[in-house]
Amino acid sequence: MRDITLGQYFPADSVIHRLDPRVKILSLIAYIVLIFCTFNYVSLALMAAVVLMIVILSKVPLKMYLKSLKVIIVIVIITSLLNLFYGTGEPIFQWGFIKVTWAGIHNAIFVCVRIVCLILCSSVLTFTTSPTDLTDALERLMKPLTIFHVKVHEIAMMMTIALRFVPTLLEETDKIMAAQKARGADMESGNLITRVKALVPILVPLFVSAFRRAYELAVAMECRCYRGGEGRTRMKQLHLATRDYLSIVFTLLVIAGVVLLNVFVNITV
Amino acid sequence: MSLLSVKDASFIYSQKTPFQHTAVDHVSFDVEQGDFIGIIGHTGSGKSTLVQMLNGLLKPTSGSVMLDGIDIWDKPKEIRKIRFRVGLVFQYPEYQLFEETVEKDISFGPMNMGLSENEIKERVLNAAQFVGLDTELLQKSPFDLSGGEKRRAAIAGVIAMDPDILILDEPCAGLDPLGRDVLLTQIYRFHQQRGNTVLLVSHSMEDVAAVCDKALVMDHSHLQMIDTCERVFSHGDRLAEMGLRIPQITSIVDSLIDAGFPLQKGTLTVEKAVHDITEYLKKEGRL
Repeated sequence: MRDITLGQYFPADSVIHRLDPRVKILSLIAYIVLIFCTFNYVSLALMAAVVLMIVILSKVPLKMYLKSLKVIIVIVIITSLLNLFYGTGEPIFQWGFIKVTWAGIHNAIFVCVRIVCLILCSSVLTFTTSPTDLTDALERLMKPLTIFHVKVHEIAMMMTIALRFVPTLLEETDKIMAAQKARGADMESGNLITRVKALVPILVPLFVSAFRRAYELAVAMECRCYRGGEGRTRMKQLHLATRDYLSIVFTLLVIAGVVLLNVFVNITV
Repeated sequence: MSLLSVKDASFIYSQKTPFQHTAVDHVSFDVEQGDFIGIIGHTGSGKSTLVQMLNGLLKPTSGSVMLDGIDIWDKPKEIRKIRFRVGLVFQYPEYQLFEETVEKDISFGPMNMGLSENEIKERVLNAAQFVGLDTELLQKSPFDLSGGEKRRAAIAGVIAMDPDILILDEPCAGLDPLGRDVLLTQIYRFHQQRGNTVLLVSHSMEDVAAVCDKALVMDHSHLQMIDTCERVFSHGDRLAEMGLRIPQITSIVDSLIDAGFPLQKGTLTVEKAVHDITEYLKKEGRL
């Protein structure tokens, strides 16, 4: 239960941690698009190198990244295999309905590297940005949407609350599980149906307490005169610093690099 | 041979990570059949971790817990049997209620023990009676009960397993004064009538002094004292250093002793203090 690293903040003192969260989110989007816009090995290698550099700069232990990769390793393997076997062109190896082509091998490598880079990139964002900073930044970035009557502040507030209560609910689940185990609940053995049934004594109290917490939180917020986003000022103002401009320039250079490499290097696959 | 004995047990949370934290540090003590022990200590002193080791919810990182002379982790697959014998009522146990009716919820433990239907019924009725729940409440949804009733229903759920050792973690937290008196009396009666061993984790020195025979003091993961209540509460200074205080009546009597009155150190109840003081005054001829 406690091994979920995806979406977990890892406090450390690094350049990446200090970057403005808005810059980080926008750069992440740029990098994700770029990762899928690499059409040859050279530009792919450039992206992989950039991602690795950011990972190292983040000063988050590599072990944490490996942990979050572990979760999706199955997906990587399956998609790579599918790509490997469904390539078009001259087969270089055939066994029954399985055939391997050069195109298939290239595709498999591309898919594999792309997914790994994707996960690493997103992990950098969540490891180096605290949930509150993240939602703050999202609220700012989505602000233009208010023209279309999207309740940006409310959405951001809901996200903040949801993130805030993840550890609380995990702790609560642990407690309830221990209490039911003390009454002899058996969650480790039996077939699927008995195991699903064994979840009822945990889920019911968990839902009850989630509703209770929601109600109490709503009352507490109203007691402090919370009235939604209108006219609300913030305690933490986001300001772009020199390092943020530098990182924007860096991202622009990477975009330029990938485009140039795509156009001028002719090892297309 | 002691009923339950803890031998040099330690528990470390998140071992070998930056969040490593020793909650219980090399603790040893024995619990005899029929003991009524109060476990006291500051918040975060390791009380809750300690009691969770006693019924096999947590496995000691080192050391052992013996029930009837056998290490409870000898057969890890049969740890549930230990949990039936050592019943643990968590703090705010009403948050674990889940069934449609109170009766079904109290039967959850006995059902897991695999008892016959008749026996379960009998045990549920007995347990409900013990905690003072009206029989008509048994068919209600546990979520329709009042706070105090919920608490009692949840405690009944553990008592229905008829554990040899009953451990209660802060059973009176958040109850009104009347509710806590009633609950304490019921726990005391459970101990007296069935002769079962009871361990009571509490922040209230008054509660411990009122019902327990012995007191176990935890401080910063270490076991500081385990002795009769009289002796433990005669160490007011030591307890104060740990951020605990002694029952009010004990400290009043202590001040009287300091002022030169020949009273007994470690007086635990108002009744005894009144008795001793009247005796003294009579002897002096002032009454």
